[in-house]
Amino acid sequence: MVIEPRGNISRGVQMAIPVIAALVALGLAALPLGFAGAPILEAYKQMFIGVFGSVFSFTEMLTRATPLIFTGLAAALAFKARLWNIGAEGQLYLGAMGAVAVGTGLIDGPAVLMIPLVMIAGAAAGAAGMLGPAILKTRFGADEVVTSLLLNFIILIFVQMMLEGPLKDPMSMGWPQSEPILDNAALPQLIPRMRIHAGLIVALVAAVIAQIALTKTTWGFKIRAVGENAAAARHAGINANRTLLGVACISGALAGLAGVSEVAGLKGYLTTDLSPGYGYSGIVVAMLAGLSPMGVVIAALYVASVFVGADSMSRAMGVSSFLADLVVSMSLISVLVGGFFARYRIRFAGKAGAGR
Amino acid sequence: MNKPLILTLAGLTKRFGDVIANDAIDLTLHQGEVLALLGENGAGKTTLMNMLFGHYTPDAGYVEIICEDGTPLRLPPGQPQAAIDARIGMVHQHFTLAENLTALDNILLGSESLLSLRRHRRAARAKIEGLMQDSGLIAPLDEKIGALSVGERQRVEILKALFHDARVLVLDEPTAVLTPQEADSLFVSLRKMVDRGLSVIFISHKLHEVLAFSDRIAVLRHGKKVGELTTADADKNQIATLMVGEETALPDREACAVGDPVLELKSVTVRRENTRNSLNDVSLCVRAGEIVGVAGVSGNGQSALAQVISGLERPDRGSIAVAGQVMPAPTPKGMIKAHVGRIPEDRHHDGVVGSMTVAENLIIERLDAPDVQTRGFLRKKRIAQHARELVQAYDVRGPGIDARAALLSGGNIQKLILARVLEQEPLVILANQPTRGLDFGAAGEVARRLMEARKRGAGVVLISEDLDEVLSLADRIVVMHDGQLIEADTRDRAAIGLLMAGQAA
Repeated sequence: MVIEPRGNISRGVQMAIPVIAALVALGLAALPLGFAGAPILEAYKQMFIGVFGSVFSFTEMLTRATPLIFTGLAAALAFKARLWNIGAEGQLYLGAMGAVAVGTGLIDGPAVLMIPLVMIAGAAAGAAGMLGPAILKTRFGADEVVTSLLLNFIILIFVQMMLEGPLKDPMSMGWPQSEPILDNAALPQLIPRMRIHAGLIVALVAAVIAQIALTKTTWGFKIRAVGENAAAARHAGINANRTLLGVACISGALAGLAGVSEVAGLKGYLTTDLSPGYGYSGIVVAMLAGLSPMGVVIAALYVASVFVGADSMSRAMGVSSFLADLVVSMSLISVLVGGFFARYRIRFAGKAGAGR
Repeated sequence: MNKPLILTLAGLTKRFGDVIANDAIDLTLHQGEVLALLGENGAGKTTLMNMLFGHYTPDAGYVEIICEDGTPLRLPPGQPQAAIDARIGMVHQHFTLAENLTALDNILLGSESLLSLRRHRRAARAKIEGLMQDSGLIAPLDEKIGALSVGERQRVEILKALFHDARVLVLDEPTAVLTPQEADSLFVSLRKMVDRGLSVIFISHKLHEVLAFSDRIAVLRHGKKVGELTTADADKNQIATLMVGEETALPDREACAVGDPVLELKSVTVRRENTRNSLNDVSLCVRAGEIVGVAGVSGNGQSALAQVISGLERPDRGSIAVAGQVMPAPTPKGMIKAHVGRIPEDRHHDGVVGSMTVAENLIIERLDAPDVQTRGFLRKKRIAQHARELVQAYDVRGPGIDARAALLSGGNIQKLILARVLEQEPLVILANQPTRGLDFGAAGEVARRLMEARKRGAGVVLISEDLDEVLSLADRIVVMHDGQLIEADTRDRAAIGLLMAGQAA
């Protein structure tokens, strides 16, 4: 058996792979559904209704996609520079904590002032969260996979500590949660009586800016050069370390904004279950998107649809909503396998005449 | 031929996409014979041997080996194990040794069953020591490969093949990394083994060693066998013509007025754990309008010298000055700004970002320039136009300026780098192994461009392992050995060879 690289891969094929992979993964979901004894077609129908059945369900999906766009962008930008930021989950919490720190009464002002302030505080906190691992990497060669990943747990415990202490809401009757975000610091709702909020707009704007920055600016050029071949970039006079530190800050800031958007747009106050793993799902989103910022938007919508659809299906059919995790995971595997087959072909050498 | 036939390659053909790397090549090898496979880079020598060894599956044709009992055996295509079982040994140009294992372990690697509980090391060692005695190929068996010199590693590779009772030994450019003296002793050893019945195919593009060592010569050009002759009847010019196809004109050496110093290294010392990357009190002065050739066996500090001049390595002691200006803290960017053009040794690794486009690679060294960007935004139209002009002027052939640079051939990647560097009309040009791995045409182009830059008044540092290249291009020759530079006052090959081996002439 011989694995041979294919020649040039056309753009069409590259675009088609994630789509096909997503469909294959959805199709494969029939297997566990079958095991669970659910009528398969009915289950798919419920999943579809759960996302597209009503305006409410659709906006729910968009609400769910919002933090995924942020964390997906965080991962995509960092990964473009081969900076493996696995710490978006922690940076999300740092961002949420930054938002809570300034947005719950420390300062007060009109919304035009408070909303940007809350976002800047959250972004800065998130950026700081990734700057540390990046400095350790560029100074001492410490593997940022390890440092950023483990920081997640440290940060989560730190959040717990803060919620039991300085940030604790005295009115919460003992629950470990922060004071609520002031009304004029909260992200406005987009549609009355729906949970969808302005965080989505910010996320979409961030995606557009990231796309432009990556493809049309010298900064994006440097990121791509450092990521694809750091030795050549360095040889060509690009300061690879500075580029990495810059990417780390932007990546951390985006993850921090995910936290701001959740806490100031959706929940209103900070708890330790703010994120059901959006930071980690962001990695999946980025990979599904092939690290393209606009692709991140589409991939985030897909992943959010699977989550929301599977939730509603599990309610309607009585099967476990863990199916959503399964579909998302299988999508990623399908994309990776699909990407492999796009780049390589496998040839089976004839065994005939093997006279040894 | 009175020697018995041992190996036949019949009609071997290999295509890579649209490129025919080997076109219906027939070849025979007799027992106790040395067959030289001669051809310029890219002629298809290595591809052919990789098919023989089962690394590549031929598109047509077959390999047949005559067993010891005289029965012919056709090797199944694409199976290295079959080639090993048929006792064909191959020593690749780039060694395939595990650096963290000892020489002995490397030789035994692959010969021991995973299921066997005992290791027959004592018997193996005895056998290898016998082989060393017979062949004169001495290697320290208990040293880790990482601590061995290139020459020793090569001996380990050959011993490994012999340990597996190779009847046919294939050597891919065995002398590329050796000093002339080391090469000579390698040939003496191989000759001993050949006299005992070993058959050798060796790949080379060095005429003199082919003439000195082989019994028969097969010449490849552009994937075809263009000639086969016995060495005794061979004529140097005839073979060269077969190999190249046409006369290659050496670039004109017009006398050039030598000007002021453009690059001065004073007592530069770089200390690294690995002596390969160390410089010991190196001083070098390059003047405008001269090419200084740095000869030497690779791994004697050339890469450290190149890194210092490129701005990638800061010397521990000593100073570096460009056009009379001392560079206090050299960086790659600072060197570019000081008009030092750098052609890196490893063009794929350091020269281009393979997954970025040709146009992008052409501007990568000057992202700040006003014709590349305005306020941080890339001026894509200007960049594309600039790329089209350069690609035309420097004859960079490939799928176009928006194609990934990795899709270009080695020669065209080098032309891309030349275009990027020379377009800036640098004062100093560092050319580190600029023609390594290039075919005659591309190598000639590189040489012509360097001569052109010299004429314009640039000072060129040419680091090369290829002594012929240094002799033909350089106005002045220095030799690098063990981290030190020695001025060579001679242009005599043998004398420079001795300096390269660390012996004063």
